[in-house]
Amino acid sequence: MRNPLSDAVVNIKPSGIRKFFDLVSEMEDAISLGVGEPDFDTPWHIRDEGIYSLEKGRTFYTSNAGLKELKVEICKYLNRRYHVEYNFQNEVLVTVGGSEGIDMAMRAMLNPGDEVLIPQPSYVSYEPCAVLAGAKPVIIELKAENEFRLTAQELRDAITDKTKLLVLPFPNNPTGAIMEKADLEAIAEVIIEKDIFVLSDEIYSELSYNGEHVTIASLPGMWERTILINGFSKAYAMTGWRLGYACGPKEIIAQMTKIHQFAIMCAPTTSQYAAVEALRNGDEDVARMREAYNQRRRFLMHAFREMGLECFEPFGAFYVFPCIKEFGMTSEEFAERFLKEEKVAVVPGTAFGDCGEGFLRISYAYSLDNLKLALEKMKRFVERLRAEQKRG
Amino acid sequence: MREKILTYIERNSRVNLKDLAILLGTDEVMIANEIAAMEKEGVICGYHTLIDWDKTGSEKVTALIEVKVTPQRGQGFDKIAERIYNYPEVDCVYLISGGFDFMVMIEGKTMRDVAQFVSDKLSPQESVLSTATHFILKKYKDHGSVMVHQSKDERMLITP
Repeated sequence: MRNPLSDAVVNIKPSGIRKFFDLVSEMEDAISLGVGEPDFDTPWHIRDEGIYSLEKGRTFYTSNAGLKELKVEICKYLNRRYHVEYNFQNEVLVTVGGSEGIDMAMRAMLNPGDEVLIPQPSYVSYEPCAVLAGAKPVIIELKAENEFRLTAQELRDAITDKTKLLVLPFPNNPTGAIMEKADLEAIAEVIIEKDIFVLSDEIYSELSYNGEHVTIASLPGMWERTILINGFSKAYAMTGWRLGYACGPKEIIAQMTKIHQFAIMCAPTTSQYAAVEALRNGDEDVARMREAYNQRRRFLMHAFREMGLECFEPFGAFYVFPCIKEFGMTSEEFAERFLKEEKVAVVPGTAFGDCGEGFLRISYAYSLDNLKLALEKMKRFVERLRAEQKRG
Repeated sequence: MREKILTYIERNSRVNLKDLAILLGTDEVMIANEIAAMEKEGVICGYHTLIDWDKTGSEKVTALIEVKVTPQRGQGFDKIAERIYNYPEVDCVYLISGGFDFMVMIEGKTMRDVAQFVSDKLSPQESVLSTATHFILKKYKDHGSVMVHQSKDERMLITP
């Protein structure tokens, strides 16, 4: 029989921490700090709209790019929150989560041989999506001393004649890093000078704890070279609804919509109706959840300081990214021992790129009681490791 | 800051001050001072425990009583309210808008207790025109806490 598989797909390297993930899934009684989704339920009024839309029999397809009401609300929201303007008629595409938008944008924009700059540590899908689009991923290793922000110099050094697209994943999963306006202005200058485009993944934009999030699309000269990705998963605790959106110049959105039309048809209708409600009446929910995350973030930072763990203060998403280099073991070794000895699951930094080595991603999408319990165990574990080191 | 403190302790008055200071990004002394000041000013009126008595097996009944009254000249509703809320068995008294004037919440050992309170103490009052007593059959949610079930974290342990 012939080989049924695509070489391109087979050659995508599997996630390096598959083994660790399998290990975790076997531990039924483990407590976890490893989750990448909110602990809140979707606010009831939003769920209720979804249920209502089902009751009304709205079980049909929507137009490919999404419900008109939803696209209108998305544009209003982006304007009111981030001061960017998009035309709902042809500059918005409603997608199946932010993830689909990333895939569609890369497939719509990249030619074979094009280079895509991917700052890491970052979310796991950018690299494979670039490969599937036939392009070449080029990793920019972000540094702890820059608080994992992307600097203009790092960007400049990574750009070649073939560079076409920069992925900009801020607020960042897994580091919690943000890019403030001045940081964005510095890189925007390089982007415009070198004539490249930006895929700005702003799925965590509502979870910014140090002033308002700024989108790079709002900077002069950047709107026309930015595809903005956002969605409902993190802001409204709607991960399972699978709903996101991409906004940008109509030439790009039109091509993305073409692929979306053939591959997906349209995003889930129930989710789209629920999302309209989220955007119309969800601001208070977002503020309430943001405040809760911010409190836990402070709590976690305090605990790490007390433990003497090196950790920069993250101002975005719901992760902290402490450094464990002092223990002389890899992130994965640390995570495995921590899991086996204390039954706490954390994600090794290497899950998000090689330069995540020496770090752990700790999620604070948990109740305070859960965090306290896990931190107690972590303190005990860290003390034990230090004692071992002392004994040699 | 006061609002943040109140929002937090409204749901969990047992949080220790050190933790609360960390959570709100301020210092413990400041929180202690604010809370003391708010207690003095009567902003914070008490600290209570939310108990689901049904789970203790003890028999208690709670009733909501709608009360219609005629306000007295020069004293309005306040004087009448006082005559009602001074009874220790009365939990809450609200002046409300709509078809009647007061909503009185009362807890008794038995239905008879409650009925007796209404017939002996509440109804005979001069300004009370009428009452309607509603017994609570089941408490689903009280003070923001759902009492019927505890939700469980069903998320996968690890996701990227």
